Amino acid sequence: MSIDKNQVKKVAKLSRISLDDSKLESLSKDLASILNFVEQLNKLDTKKIEPLTSVVNKTLDPRKDKINDGEIKNEILKNSPEKNEDFFIVPKVVE
Amino acid sequence: MEKDKFDYYIKTEKNSWEIIIGLEVHAQVISNSKLFSGSSTKFGGKPNTQVSLVDSAFPGMLPVINQYCIEQAIKTGLGLNAKINLHSIFDRKNYFYADLPAGYQISQYKNPIVGEGIVTLDMPYGTKKVGIERLHLEQDAGKSIHDLSPDNTFVDLNRSGVALMEIVSKPDLRSPDEVNSYVKKLRSIMRYLGTCDGNMQEGSLRADVNVSVRKKGEKKFGTRCEIKNVNSIKFMEMAIDSEAKRQIELLESGKVIEQETRLFDTKKNETRSMRSKEEAHDYRYFPDPDLLPLKIEQSFVDSLKKKLPELPDQKKDRFIKKFKLSPYEANVLVSEIGISKYFEEVIKNADIKLAKNWIIVELFAVLNEKNLDIKDSPVLPKNLASLINSITTGEISGKIAKKVFEIMVETGDEPLKIIKEKGLKQQSDPKELEKIVIKVLENNSDKVSEFRSGKEKLLGFFVGEIMKASSGKANPGLVNDILKKKLKK
Amino acid sequence: MTNLNNSSLLEIVNLIKSKKVSSLEITKHFIKNIEKSKKLNSFITTCFEESLKKAKDFDEKKNFDGLLSGVPLAIKDLFCTKNVKTTAGSKILENFIPTYESTVSNNLWSEGAILLGKLNCDEFAMGSSNETSFFGNTINPIGKDLVPGGSSGGSASALAANLTPATIGTDTGGSIRQPASFTGTVGLKPTYGLCSRWGIVAFASSLDQAGPMTKNVKDCALLLEAMSGYDEKDSTSINKKKEKYSKNLSEKIKGLKIGIPKEYRVENMPKEIDILWKKGIDILKKSGAKIVDISLPHTKYALPTYYIVAPAEASSNLARYDGVKYGYRSKKGKNLIEMYENTRGEAFGDEVKRRILIGTYVLSSGYYDAYYLKAQKVRKLIKNDFDKCFKNVDAILTPSTPSSAFKIGEKTNDPISMYLNDIFTVPVNLAGIPAISIPAGQDKQGHPLGLQLITNTLDEQKILNIALAMEKSIAFKQSIDRWWE
Repeated sequence: MSIDKNQVKKVAKLSRISLDDSKLESLSKDLASILNFVEQLNKLDTKKIEPLTSVVNKTLDPRKDKINDGEIKNEILKNSPEKNEDFFIVPKVVE
Repeated sequence: MEKDKFDYYIKTEKNSWEIIIGLEVHAQVISNSKLFSGSSTKFGGKPNTQVSLVDSAFPGMLPVINQYCIEQAIKTGLGLNAKINLHSIFDRKNYFYADLPAGYQISQYKNPIVGEGIVTLDMPYGTKKVGIERLHLEQDAGKSIHDLSPDNTFVDLNRSGVALMEIVSKPDLRSPDEVNSYVKKLRSIMRYLGTCDGNMQEGSLRADVNVSVRKKGEKKFGTRCEIKNVNSIKFMEMAIDSEAKRQIELLESGKVIEQETRLFDTKKNETRSMRSKEEAHDYRYFPDPDLLPLKIEQSFVDSLKKKLPELPDQKKDRFIKKFKLSPYEANVLVSEIGISKYFEEVIKNADIKLAKNWIIVELFAVLNEKNLDIKDSPVLPKNLASLINSITTGEISGKIAKKVFEIMVETGDEPLKIIKEKGLKQQSDPKELEKIVIKVLENNSDKVSEFRSGKEKLLGFFVGEIMKASSGKANPGLVNDILKKKLKK
Repeated sequence: MTNLNNSSLLEIVNLIKSKKVSSLEITKHFIKNIEKSKKLNSFITTCFEESLKKAKDFDEKKNFDGLLSGVPLAIKDLFCTKNVKTTAGSKILENFIPTYESTVSNNLWSEGAILLGKLNCDEFAMGSSNETSFFGNTINPIGKDLVPGGSSGGSASALAANLTPATIGTDTGGSIRQPASFTGTVGLKPTYGLCSRWGIVAFASSLDQAGPMTKNVKDCALLLEAMSGYDEKDSTSINKKKEKYSKNLSEKIKGLKIGIPKEYRVENMPKEIDILWKKGIDILKKSGAKIVDISLPHTKYALPTYYIVAPAEASSNLARYDGVKYGYRSKKGKNLIEMYENTRGEAFGDEVKRRILIGTYVLSSGYYDAYYLKAQKVRKLIKNDFDKCFKNVDAILTPSTPSSAFKIGEKTNDPISMYLNDIFTVPVNLAGIPAISIPAGQDKQGHPLGLQLITNTLDEQKILNIALAMEKSIAFKQSIDRWWE
């Protein structure tokens, strides 16, 4: 498996990253070489191996159902590049 | 039950079509705080006030799961007779949207907390079992508001992170009626359990509806379309009907159905494609590395099971056995936890047979007409019980009782007070009644002769006259006895 | 006055505690050093006014209860600091001012430390040379043309240049140990879960771990003690009692079994590194440890595994930088989607983009099993390798890096050659176990080289003890002529 320019464009779209056409060539080359590098793993037979999902030898510690957060609207909105008194503001969503 | 048979096929000139429906119901979990943060889940707060740094996905913020939401999901699973998975995993579902602050939703993909289960529906043509595929926990998104400005969308994250249960059915439903019955049954079960308030206006319960069609008798499923985010039962029924018809039209004109996501336009009563010109969704699910596997002890499940309240199906069985109700009556009385509570409250001190009739006929008529929930009934259970007792003790007749009931609906007063104030108490004193009877007979001596000469039908006439003369208060049993005695003479 | 430039963290703590020097004097000293260090570019943000105020406050109150009472510290700009700009080395967070403090940095302030400023790092900690930072690359004090390593390059540079008495970094694939090795300092990546991740800008959640970077092993023990601890806000945090690493530090390592993994002898490794490794083995033998040859057969698969797992998690972790809640937003774009694309296209650097794209690709439908799932399975094999070895040995000794500090620009055009720099450090992150890099000697050019010790989960005390014993015998010296001042 390798990755061509069209696939790179598709993945960039999925990642919501605009790409300069001028950079597409070299980026595709980089990505192809990284993928080529990681494909070494195909040499290993892992059929019987369970995937590892966490290195911590424990399970979830749940918290109690208490309201102890929120009511910090100003803090939440403070860093937003566009907002009004109550809301985050974004360009119109087009479906 | 035999009278009706399932017959929901869409018939065209050429064919008879069967509709195949599966539902993904999103039910908001009843909890104080959100699934992974400590902010409030309360409905209707001021914008962005019920938002923590976690809910708005600030750098370095981490989710910590709410124990009560886990409990609620397990309880719901038990209520759906489903398998509880002692080991489950939270995954990230990745997509970009203005009201999804992290760029992913924490959900459960391959290993949900609840596995397969069954919901039983009572349809006019018998019971119908609907398979549950799974139930999983996930976060709700925030709200995008498009109509406050022409150029911008406003984002409110109050709902962001509220716990939802997604309940996925198998494609076992075959008609809008069955969908109606299924959603109501799910809602009823969750309300009994106290796990979801089922309030569709507030969005606590909504569904994605999967619809496909096939010719009657065919075994293979057709290609399905998913109608997203339908938020009322009526709209679900309408959407299914219109979507099924659209698919049939396509198929009968030789076209194919494309598997896609659609939206239901409630104004035009039609579904339309949601497919954006952009790339298809690719959610890139993977286990959330900020969370560890969720392990539940069987003993914990067992302890929740023990504490489970009586659920609609069990209650129905008990009502039929213990109170000798018909399956129909039992069904109606258990359909909502409020109704069953009301019924059981009334029959603590009143005749069961009268109670069920009064509730199903009189009370429901009033609630329907006034569009009230039973918990807001103007007639309190203890007052209805007292009214029924007035009937059984002979204090008032059934007919007067209806009058009293009408006043109770308007004023909310106790029946005894109304009977006393309005002087509606039944006339049961034999001496007094005898006087009335004699007077009526005297005034109608010609009719008396006719009766005595064999025209026995006139008995009803005399009763009517006596009732009139007593303003309806005369005890009909006693009147009958006295009247017969007097007429014999 | 004592020459503070030669003082360790512990010595400074003791100077303050014994009231020989005030916190204000010490703080002023480091501020002076920092002001003269512009050429190194190791700082992104300084907050001197606030630091001086806090130092004065401290001197007035004289509360010496904390482990780090009155000590000024600069930290990596990946830790969110309340009311102090936090950038993660990225344009996308150029103006982000958190309203909250990361648990780990907060632990330091609770122990009496004072923030000096925020240290440069690779953008979102993605890099091995500090060259991916939006705020320019950091220079290694060892040499004008050398990288300090990465991603905690600013931290290593500032520490080696005496701009801070100690510092903290984060290590996802070697980001503490590799720069420590490149600058002749000590860097420890603790057991995953020992230090809370709450409030640290996330790169790869299952691998990220904060740790101390110090001049010597004793300082390392002290700082680890101060920063670590259970945090209920981090679900992956390990719930255990706080250890007294400092107090329990001991250089007696007689009888310990140390494994030497043959797989860490890689092709084209400079001879000096091999020699240094042997020197380390000899020192351990002399200290009474037993040397055992071991095998970690899946070592060579660690780097490819890492370059699937880390980008995958990063692609998702970095989705929140979308110009809506905080950070940079592009002015271009007619609708939401275009705003997203332009914001992220304009404000992420090339390496971050590469990793997001790789991560998105390996998770996307049709590729998940072949890449991501496969990598998680190999990760299991790598962890199994370590688990098996730790049944027989107490610790493992390896080189920290396959080379000494390389030249600025040397590897920027070839991502793979840059990635290969982490070949010895990455396996440990995949297994979640602790590892320390200690300076062990120099190569021909006089550039420092480190040795890495690895132990089993939560064996931090053991790793520190062995490191202390080795440090004593190695007696590493690196003279730096403060050419930048």
